[in-house]
Amino acid sequence: MQKTYYDPADLKKFGDVAEFGPELADKFFDWYNEVFKEGALTAREKSLIALAVAHAVQCPYCIDAYTSSSLQKGVTEAQMMEAVHVASAIRGGASLVHGVQMMNKAKKLSM
Amino acid sequence: MIKTLQAEHHLLSATEEQVKLLENSIFASGELPTFKETIGKWGQSELRPDKVDIFQVNLGYMCNQTCKHCHVDAGPDRKEIMSRETMQICLKILKENKYHTLDLTGGAPEMNPDFRWFVTEAKLAGVQEIIVRSNLTIILANPKFRDLPQFFKDHGIRLVSSLPFYLPEKTDRQRGAGVFKKSIEALQILNAAGYGRENGLIIDLVYNPGGAFLPADQEGLERDFKKELKNQYDVDFNNLLAITNLPISRFLDFLVRTDNFEDYMDTLVRAFNPATLTGIMCKNTLSIGWDGYIYDCDFNQMLGLKVNHPVSHIRDFDGETINRREIVVNQHCYGCTAGAGSSCQGTVA
Repeated sequence: MQKTYYDPADLKKFGDVAEFGPELADKFFDWYNEVFKEGALTAREKSLIALAVAHAVQCPYCIDAYTSSSLQKGVTEAQMMEAVHVASAIRGGASLVHGVQMMNKAKKLSM
Repeated sequence: MIKTLQAEHHLLSATEEQVKLLENSIFASGELPTFKETIGKWGQSELRPDKVDIFQVNLGYMCNQTCKHCHVDAGPDRKEIMSRETMQICLKILKENKYHTLDLTGGAPEMNPDFRWFVTEAKLAGVQEIIVRSNLTIILANPKFRDLPQFFKDHGIRLVSSLPFYLPEKTDRQRGAGVFKKSIEALQILNAAGYGRENGLIIDLVYNPGGAFLPADQEGLERDFKKELKNQYDVDFNNLLAITNLPISRFLDFLVRTDNFEDYMDTLVRAFNPATLTGIMCKNTLSIGWDGYIYDCDFNQMLGLKVNHPVSHIRDFDGETINRREIVVNQHCYGCTAGAGSSCQGTVA
C-alpha cells in the first residue's frame, strides 16, 4: 500500500492524466506549453512567477519542477528566495487584511 | 582547492568503474532505455562519422584549477602530459589529412611545456584554424604565461574559454574561490589585445549549468552574458556556447554523492532530441589523448573508450579507414543529444 499521498516519481507521470480524459488533457497541455513560451514576459520571468505561485498553492510537484526550471534559466538562489517571500507576503497579507473585516464587525457589535 | 578524484584514490577515478555505473544502474533494469536502444528507435542502429574536420588534441590533464564538474578530473596534481614526440605524429597527421581545425584542450593546454612549439608548428603546417580551450586564469597564474594573449594573437588562435556564469558566486562555486575575478581580469587583458573586439580575434565563452539540470536556451543566455559582462566589467566576447554537463568523472561523482544520478539520467533521456544526431561532434571530430590514443570524442577519452578500429593509436594512423569505424556509444551520449544538443562547439540542433 502506498505510504504517502505524494510521490516525486508522479511528477513525471503528469502527462498520464490524458489516460482518463485525453481531449481535455490535450487542451490543457497545449495551453500550458503556450503559456510558458517567451512573450511579453521572458521564459525566465515566467518560471519565477510559477515558482512563487507553486509556494502559494503549496504544490510539491510544482516546487520541484520550477526550482529546476528557474535554475536552468539562470535565476539565482537569492532571486528564488525573494520570489518565495513575495508569495508568502501575499498569503500572509491576504489573511491579515481580513483583520479589517474582523475589526469592522467587532466595532459594529460593541458599545 | 579540492583534490582530483585520482589524488583521493576515489573509486570513480577508474574509468571502468564509471562505465560500469553507466551500463548498470537504471539502464540494466530496463527502467530507462540505453542510448543504443533509443537511437535504434529512430532508425539508427549505429552511429558512423561523416568526415573529420576537427582534430582535437588533449595536451595533458595538468591544470591550475580543480573545477567541481570537470569531466577530465584535471588539476595541479595530474602529471599526464603529451610529449613532443607524440605532437610530431599529430603534426604529420594534420599535414597528410589536411584537417581544417586543430582543437587544443587539457587540463590547461598552455601548461604543456611544448604548447607554443606545437602551435607554431601547426601554423607552419598550414592548419586553417587553431582553437585553444583556455581557462583564462592561466594567463595570471604565473609570470611566464603573461604574454600568452600576444602569442594567441600572433598565431591567430581562436579562444574558447569557460565562464559558467556572469555572477561571481555561481562561477566560484563551480570553479573555485576567486576564479571569477581572475577570469574577468584575463578577459579584460584579452579584450585590450583585441580579442572579442577586432575582426578575426575570436573569443567564445562556454556556459555550463551549475548543477544537475540542463542548460537554458543558448541564444537567451548569450544575450544575458553580453549585457551583464559589458555593463558590469566592460568585457566583450563573440559567442556563448552552452554545454551540457556529462555524467563523467567529477560531475558523475557529484551526481552519485548527491543522489541525483538517476534523476539526471532520466532528465537527459526524456530530453533526447533525434534532430541532434546529425550534428553531434563525434560525426566530424577525432579526439587524441595525451598518450596518442584515438577516441571518438573527449568524453569517450575520459571514459577510456578507444575508437572501434584496428588502429587505436596515432603512430599507425590511417586517415582513410578511420572514417569507416562505428562510433562507440554509451549512456553518457544522452548528454550530447538532450534538448538543443551539446558539443564542444555549443548546441547542435
